[in-house]
Amino acid sequence: MSSPNTFDVIVVGGGIVGSSAALKLRKFGLSVCLLERNTCGSSSSGINYGGVRRQGRSLAQMPFTQRAHSIWGRLKEVIGINGEYQRAGHLKLALSEADMESLARYRDCTAEFGLDLELLSGTQLRARYPWLGGRAVGGSLCPEDGHANPRLISPAFARAAAREGAKILEHSPALGFNFDGKHFQVKVASQSAPLSSKYLLNCAGAWANTLCETFGEKVPMINSHPLMVVTDALPAFMSLSLGVEGGGMYVRQVSRGNCVLGGSQGYSLDANRARPGAEGIELILKGALELLPNLRNAQVVRTWSGVEGHLPDREPIVSYSATTPGLVHGFGFAGAGFQIGPAVGEVLAEMIAQGQTSTPINAFSINRFLS
Amino acid sequence: MNEAPIIIGAGPAGIRAAQTLVKYGVRPIILDEGIRWGGQIYRQQPENFKRTNEQLYGFDAKKSEELSTAFARLIDKADYRPESLVWNIEQTRLDIFHSGRSTTLNWKSLIVASGATDRILPFPGWTLPGIFAMGATQVALKYQACAIGEKVILAGTGPLLYLVAYQYVKAGANVLAVLDTAHLSDQIKALPGLMNQPKQLARGMYYVGWLMTKGIKVRRGIRIVRAEGQHRLCALVIQNERGDQETLECDAVGVGYALRSETQIADMLGCEFKFDSLQRAHIPVKDVAGRSSLKGVYLAGDGAGIMGADAAELSGERSALALLIDQGVCHDISKSTLSRIKQIERGLQRIGRFRVGLETAFPCPNDWIQKMSGDTIVCRCEEITFGEIRDAISESDIREVNRLKAFSRVGMGRCQGRMCGQSAAEILAHFSKQALSEVGRLRGQPPLKPVPAHVLAEAWVPTLKGTE
Repeated sequence: MSSPNTFDVIVVGGGIVGSSAALKLRKFGLSVCLLERNTCGSSSSGINYGGVRRQGRSLAQMPFTQRAHSIWGRLKEVIGINGEYQRAGHLKLALSEADMESLARYRDCTAEFGLDLELLSGTQLRARYPWLGGRAVGGSLCPEDGHANPRLISPAFARAAAREGAKILEHSPALGFNFDGKHFQVKVASQSAPLSSKYLLNCAGAWANTLCETFGEKVPMINSHPLMVVTDALPAFMSLSLGVEGGGMYVRQVSRGNCVLGGSQGYSLDANRARPGAEGIELILKGALELLPNLRNAQVVRTWSGVEGHLPDREPIVSYSATTPGLVHGFGFAGAGFQIGPAVGEVLAEMIAQGQTSTPINAFSINRFLS
Repeated sequence: MNEAPIIIGAGPAGIRAAQTLVKYGVRPIILDEGIRWGGQIYRQQPENFKRTNEQLYGFDAKKSEELSTAFARLIDKADYRPESLVWNIEQTRLDIFHSGRSTTLNWKSLIVASGATDRILPFPGWTLPGIFAMGATQVALKYQACAIGEKVILAGTGPLLYLVAYQYVKAGANVLAVLDTAHLSDQIKALPGLMNQPKQLARGMYYVGWLMTKGIKVRRGIRIVRAEGQHRLCALVIQNERGDQETLECDAVGVGYALRSETQIADMLGCEFKFDSLQRAHIPVKDVAGRSSLKGVYLAGDGAGIMGADAAELSGERSALALLIDQGVCHDISKSTLSRIKQIERGLQRIGRFRVGLETAFPCPNDWIQKMSGDTIVCRCEEITFGEIRDAISESDIREVNRLKAFSRVGMGRCQGRMCGQSAAEILAHFSKQALSEVGRLRGQPPLKPVPAHVLAEAWVPTLKGTE
């Protein structure tokens, strides 16, 4: 590859998936250019809640999430920072007996993957976690799950890739794609000449469908706007990350003492921005105060929202293109890509560098949406 | 007009805006965070305090009395809602925190008179107990009739420095020194600009002369080096006129480098902003009449650029007239209204020129970054130091202020960057070698100020709850 505009792989999207793919591709010795429309890790990868959680994921995601779990265990070695990652546990609460049964079923059917789930009755819960309100009838603890700061960790994957020699172009949206049968040509806002590559990797998150459409494989993407609420710092009472069976409510306390609460939706300002609304904030706090009555008098100091993309079945697409050789997709993580992102990046890199991957990806094929 | 115009803020701008609307038969809703009207500058003392207006406001006693009386007269012709914090804005909807609960109001037209706060510049030790912003220094006296300490130093720059010194000494407080970072030569250079408001200029000179006759040391061309003290302030170390360090014992310091506009309401509304080099900040854009870039939104007073209380009165009146004209309430504008509009606009222009003069006379000491030590706190809510910010900028090649917030937590706390945002932007511009205008401005998010969780959780269905 002699020309400075020619690469083995062009990665579109500098989130945690694209960045960790770029990092792994460099380890395989391939030349990589990563294009990011804004700044790396500033969209869904940076604005998510920060749960690093295996519990609750679908069976199809288990091989990915376990692979990611081992990467998270070596995080500092991989990206150079710890990013406030704590393996403090993930406690999923059941608000009804039916939910408790569903937690028990989940434990049984994931037994072979080694999540070490522990079921707790309501009495056991309140004995162990006295700060919990009376609402939960039981729960399931995954002791080695936890949480981390996505604002720091996702961009750190991009910086790690840059240190390994990947070319990272921020503020560089891709404006157009072409495939001449052998190579891809990508027009980029910040570059005078088009870039060219043998492989094109689509990790563009909520914006991935533009690329899909260009290559005749449009998928039914839906945008949503996760909303988080942050309280002022409180005395430390909870190190684990709290969730609720069926989703819709999650809380963690960061080491500084602030509680981060999530679970509802903000509203869209434009294609790239979203903002929290009063009703979304209310919904989160209504739920949170039932679970954690001690937050009642906490001051809410800030909120945030952003844009993420998901597919109707809320499973991602990790797949070779159905139409174009050399095109590979990895997107649609439905706001739950933070934990598995580093593993997905590795898998995508293997798919390109080795033509195959040891992690099963059949469930995530783009074909499931193409007629 | 179908729906009442809403005025946010009951300082001089909000009061004159309200008075003007009422005069034309329009009944506005007035939302104000304060317990009583008057804003920061004409803040009223608690009801059981009995100081006279002269004692409280000095030369401005008559002005404050006129304003206050004007407002008292219009209260029953307006829907006045004190202690009301606008904490969220979604297009035409305002969410308001008042008396322990949150309610919603929709606006068709809005006059934003959100005022100003102190411009804070950090220095080593500035978070020690005993150190107050200049505005708070004045509020302690004006509202609670107390001084910030027994051995007080007033430092910084700007006309407020001398006014507060005068007020403190007059009230019997022990002021050890008045330390101005500006030089006398700056003030002489500024004379032509300041001549646009000869009365204000004369008054400023009177304060300085009066302080000197009372034996108060007025020193110019100094820099604050650091504050010293274990658990509270015991001394201020300065670099004096000759460049030598001096330690001044004291138990309180009031420090201020003029004011900054409170722009978060205009930001949440989606008003267009532009960078203002005089104020070294992004300011919402408005025309001479106070029209913002958004239809139905008017900006008045210091919230849309620091111009002072007299200009606030004028711009409040002018924006209300613009609103009335735009809404067709005064369709045939009388000759006297037209000439009043001309008079206001001339007045605002004159004050604008005076304002440029003030900036020349009391320039903000922009060399403060060079003298900062790494362990000095910049963001006091999140306890983020100068060194942490500097390192985040260089390690992650940060060029934009929201990105800096994401990486360093600066501006993430209770004040949401209202206190530290400007310093953070200056530090970012310095280390990323960009102009201040290029580093952007912090994005606003609800809540604009902290609100208790239970208020937000119970906000919108208080009546339903009872029927469940």
